[in-house]
Amino acid sequence: MSKTFPMGGIHPPDTKIAAPAAITPLPLPAEVIIPLGQHIGAPAQPIVKAGDKVKAGQLIGETAGFISANIHSSVSGTVKKIDDVADPSGYPKKAVYITVEGDEWAEGIDRSTTLKKEITLDRESIVEKIKAGGIVGMGGASFPTNVKYMVPEGKTPDTLVINGVECEPYLTADHRVMLEHADEMLVGIEILRIALGVEKAVIGIEENKPDAIKHLKERSADYPGITVESLHMQYPQGAEKQLIKACTGREVPSGKLPIEVGCAVNNVGTAYAVYQMVQKNQPLVERVVTVTGKQVKNPSNFRVRVGTSYAACIEAAGGLPEDTGKVISGGPMMGMAVADLSIPVAKGTSGILMLPKAESVRPEVVHCIRCGACVSVCPMGLEPYLIEKFARADKWDQAEQRAAMDCMECGCCSYICPSGRPLVDYIRVAKGEINNRRRARAAQ
Amino acid sequence: MSTTLTAGLSPHIKRRDSVPRVMWAVSIALIPVLVASVTVFGPRALLVLAVAVFSCVFTETFVQAFLLKKPVTISDGSAVVTGLLLAFNIPVSIPLWMVAVGGFVAIGIGKMAFGGIGNNPFNPALVGRAFMTTSFAAPMTNWRLPLVFDGSTGATPLGLIANSAETGMSALQSDLPGYFNMFIGNIGGSLGETSALAIMIGGVFLIARGLIDWRTPLFFLGSLAAITGIFWVIAPGSYADPLFHVLAGGAMIGAWYMATDMTTSPMSRNGRIVFAVGAGLLTGIIRLFGAFPGGVSYGILIMNALVPAIDSHIRPKRFAQGALHEKT
Amino acid sequence: MDSTVMYSLLTLGGIASVFAMILYFVAKRFHIEEDPQVAEVESMLPGINCGACGYPGCAGLAEALVEAAGKKDISGLYCPPGGGETMGAIAEYFGLAAATSAATVAVLRCNGSFAHSPRTTEYDGPSSCAVAHKLGASVSNCIYSCLGEGDCVTACNFEALYMDPTTGLPVVIDNNCTSCGACVTACPRDLFEIRLLGKGKKPRRVWIACHSHDRGAVAKKNCSVACIACGKCVRTCDTIVKAISMKDNLAYIDPDICIACGKCVPECPTGAILATFPVKAKQEDSGEPVSTGTENTH
Repeated sequence: MSKTFPMGGIHPPDTKIAAPAAITPLPLPAEVIIPLGQHIGAPAQPIVKAGDKVKAGQLIGETAGFISANIHSSVSGTVKKIDDVADPSGYPKKAVYITVEGDEWAEGIDRSTTLKKEITLDRESIVEKIKAGGIVGMGGASFPTNVKYMVPEGKTPDTLVINGVECEPYLTADHRVMLEHADEMLVGIEILRIALGVEKAVIGIEENKPDAIKHLKERSADYPGITVESLHMQYPQGAEKQLIKACTGREVPSGKLPIEVGCAVNNVGTAYAVYQMVQKNQPLVERVVTVTGKQVKNPSNFRVRVGTSYAACIEAAGGLPEDTGKVISGGPMMGMAVADLSIPVAKGTSGILMLPKAESVRPEVVHCIRCGACVSVCPMGLEPYLIEKFARADKWDQAEQRAAMDCMECGCCSYICPSGRPLVDYIRVAKGEINNRRRARAAQ
Repeated sequence: MSTTLTAGLSPHIKRRDSVPRVMWAVSIALIPVLVASVTVFGPRALLVLAVAVFSCVFTETFVQAFLLKKPVTISDGSAVVTGLLLAFNIPVSIPLWMVAVGGFVAIGIGKMAFGGIGNNPFNPALVGRAFMTTSFAAPMTNWRLPLVFDGSTGATPLGLIANSAETGMSALQSDLPGYFNMFIGNIGGSLGETSALAIMIGGVFLIARGLIDWRTPLFFLGSLAAITGIFWVIAPGSYADPLFHVLAGGAMIGAWYMATDMTTSPMSRNGRIVFAVGAGLLTGIIRLFGAFPGGVSYGILIMNALVPAIDSHIRPKRFAQGALHEKT
Repeated sequence: MDSTVMYSLLTLGGIASVFAMILYFVAKRFHIEEDPQVAEVESMLPGINCGACGYPGCAGLAEALVEAAGKKDISGLYCPPGGGETMGAIAEYFGLAAATSAATVAVLRCNGSFAHSPRTTEYDGPSSCAVAHKLGASVSNCIYSCLGEGDCVTACNFEALYMDPTTGLPVVIDNNCTSCGACVTACPRDLFEIRLLGKGKKPRRVWIACHSHDRGAVAKKNCSVACIACGKCVRTCDTIVKAISMKDNLAYIDPDICIACGKCVPECPTGAILATFPVKAKQEDSGEPVSTGTENTH
């Protein structure tokens, strides 16, 4: 019996139609738009101006604050301007517009594919290097990776958990990285293991990727510290707390970080990016993006330079299907529906998913029949129906009391509800309002 | 690209399930029971079923269209389920007009008076049945004998043992049907409650379909067996054994279809266990000491009333619950 | 039979008298002396418990008024729905000076109708602005614009708001509006403002019907009637009363200073300034504010 997390969870059809498509590099676009705020935390400060010549891999934005990340140019060319661009939610963010000229890389970057196995750096320099490379979590939340490895006083981590679960339907980017870059990724995991100062690293992979499990089990034989854990398929296993529970049996308390139970979690894509930076000096300027959808001509996994427009990725996969209703940045469970296809791919863009019109409209909302399905699928043990009710009635205190803040918006409740009720939507409203009130209380 | 895109919040996919699909699945699960009741009680069972369903659907349509002036939602199938369950809880010989009145009370008072689907605190079918037992006491206890279609009547197994404390069980032994007959349904009783086998076939289908929680029937029947078992161990001469109680009367249909009703049972797993145990114990107590031979419907109705309290006190287990307690 | 009736009567009668005694003593024991003035003042208030005064309902304000009257000053308290009339009556009741507060009304600071700010996406989700706001840009590209799901209409207790299906924007019915502020709180984009109603039989007021902090070019691209922060209105008003200020790419007319002359209205190149009275265009004699382009040709 393979492991999984114990409570809640759903089993949406995985629809991994892009899984057989090998990673192919996307042709260089004519222009890239590189947002300065691609991560959680303060946006980077631009250090280039219009007219500057830049090379691929050159630093163009510096960290601004403790939780922030460097931004590098993903192409060589001329800076056109520094202007706003919409992020997937439509809000404007500062970005560097670069006109592409050739493909020249900054000095010191090793673009060869030869595997460099020996790790020469010590713990501090690794973390420093990760920070310099602007590496952020590539699973979607885009949390600056180096911050995770600054272990707070009094905490002794003992396990590194690597997230190869990819529980979101449709997405296959991590799957392909595990198949095609297993060796680099394993070196990346070793580096992260040293950076965290632990002996053990566990790679959690769901059973729907048997080829990846088999491949990694073979390749990791040389690494005594790394084990591959095959996990029972269940969404949201890729969520940090659920993954730690599934792999190690430990439970991260409400409102606490994984380090509380001696763990750090990173995505397989991040491990690969860490390898690229630490061993090859290449900062995070490109990533694997799944471009997929049931009606997409060629569901693909592209290696995309950060800043390439969504439209270019979609074009390369056979164009936007006629019947498209929604274009989603990320997976269907937690991704964001975008309104504008000219927006750029960022470090955290794991996929671009096109849903047909019929699947883009929600069913009619009817009365709650108190079936309790939302309660039984909630992986955090919350009562979504109740929080929705409180949020609709502006009863924020009661919503907070019922642990609305524990919700990670995985969407299991909305997915399962037979009455089609907008549960997560209202929990989001409640969370926003509770946060506002907490801030107001703190300010007093 | 001229297509207008749709903006909306995640999740962007949804399980293909809806209230009508849930309700029709419950109706399908009741087909084995229907077949059993027609086999045991003859074609009149179909007539009773038809009248009950028609009465429920008609009442819902009438209330929604003419009193509430709201869209009519009979297509969601919940009125049909109520009608079926009501019919399964009454004897076959009952005059049809009483069935119609029962359906009217079930939907009109049991459900629509509280605001319709999702709002009713009590199981509508049981409200209808409870109304009928008190209003039409004689016809509601006029139990036809199984597989005899000449109109001759007799007592149900539960009716037989109602006074067992005075008479002693041994005196009744010859009259009581065997467990096998009780299991397949070859006994007197309400339309749908006789055949444990048919009820379980449908129940297992509902569990497999994820529509009912297996804990509810298990804990209901378990606690009923436990309380009746205690008295049977103490005084086997005066009380029936627990297996008899589980198979007799409405225990089976109550445990599988009434106590599992979504709207009127608690939301959390632990809450449902408390609910089922409570209903089982109450049923046992009413059967052992009450005036009525059958206690299932009252046991469940009383627990229905306690659901809001259960929901607010018995919360689902939170993730990392242990750590939560440490903090406080 | 007779004795049964008698016993029943006696028993029930006995129980009734016992309970009546208990009730009587409890009522006596826990009686609270209430100032009769509070009830009288409360009866003068509108009795809609809207909370606009800052007290929980009319009884709360009545209590506060009685307490304030004890200190011979009720000028700090005001009932917005009741207005000057109610406050005057209450002041007369206490024999004190009433709080004077000019009539106010809720004003929508957005004019991004379907025509002015074309919808780029279709919104799919619950019909609630609070939820739609979580989406970010939502329906039109402007992230400051009205979401059109009508949370304000739901919040309004006085039927002073309705959604205009042709524009997709809420409309305030001035006569019904009590300026209780429910819509101000309900709007997740903070588009409502309580402004002075204005003077005159048909009250005159002027306001900026835009809440966009985008830079001019972006605002203009998203909405044809957006404030582009060109500053023309500010310069115009600086020669009159200096009521207009510019902050974060958005002009603001201070209602306390504005004299509702309407001079700024035709100055606005996008027509972002609205007035309740017809304003003559700068050159032509049309009653509508001039739009972009026509201005430079003269």
